[in-house]
Amino acid sequence: MIMLNLYNCLNTYLVIGAMLFGFGIYGFVARRTIIGMLISSEMILAAASMNFMAFNRFLAPNPSIGKIFTLFIMAIAAAEAAIAIAIVIAVYRNYKSIDTEDLVDLHG
Amino acid sequence: MQPVICQPAANPSLFTAEGMVGLIFLFLIATVITGALIATMARRLIRAVAGLAVCFTGVAGIYYFLLSPFVAMMQMLIYVGAVSILIAFAIMLAEPEYKDPIGRKNPPLAGPLGFSVGALFFAAFTLLGLNTDWQVFPREGTGDMHHMGITLLTTHSMVFELISIVLLIAIIGALVVARRGRD
Repeated sequence: MIMLNLYNCLNTYLVIGAMLFGFGIYGFVARRTIIGMLISSEMILAAASMNFMAFNRFLAPNPSIGKIFTLFIMAIAAAEAAIAIAIVIAVYRNYKSIDTEDLVDLHG
Repeated sequence: MQPVICQPAANPSLFTAEGMVGLIFLFLIATVITGALIATMARRLIRAVAGLAVCFTGVAGIYYFLLSPFVAMMQMLIYVGAVSILIAFAIMLAEPEYKDPIGRKNPPLAGPLGFSVGALFFAAFTLLGLNTDWQVFPREGTGDMHHMGITLLTTHSMVFELISIVLLIAIIGALVVARRGRD
């Protein structure tokens, strides 16, 4: 049962991170609303954090730096989500829609 | 503890402790994939947020397997407990009317193009990760909470303070942006 030893391999975590990144890119391109794109961008950030944590566990000389970097990514992602949602609410108040197709017109 | 890239020689059976741990890890991978599928494929946004929460729960479990329970706890607190709820509030405040996907004005290539680009990135990063000869450095330090706190407040203290200022500015800016046009 080689499947049961996957958690000791670096490549497993790299493949999971790449998968999350691919899902995030797909959602970012294919979603029609701003909030959907925000959800996908959070998944892209989680993929980057996964890579940092994997290299921190298996390769890094100092096993704290990857964890600290992941915590910084979480803080920046929280700030980004707060600002993005404020912008979404302001846009919805002006345009009465958050569909990206409706936001290409400039209202003077 | 010397880091290991992979131990293909270790081959636990299902009925030992290591085998059960491997089974739990497979379950976590399935959780991450399911959550990501729901978050990208669901038509209604509130279901996409639920899928995001499921996906990040699985990611927190995988962080636990990467020998850092503290970061797993922070992932649950910040992402599942704060960011998902914030996005759910935004969906409640700015509810898009549910459009029938038949009459969509989107360019018809958006779905297949996005899928191909995502699959291309996935294949590229997977091949890059599997075909690189990673170099293992000798460990210095343990990486537990004590070591992490000392590193955070000595080596990275400048970044720590900057992060707090960035969060403050982000919150004030969010308040200003959401408040404008109210009155």
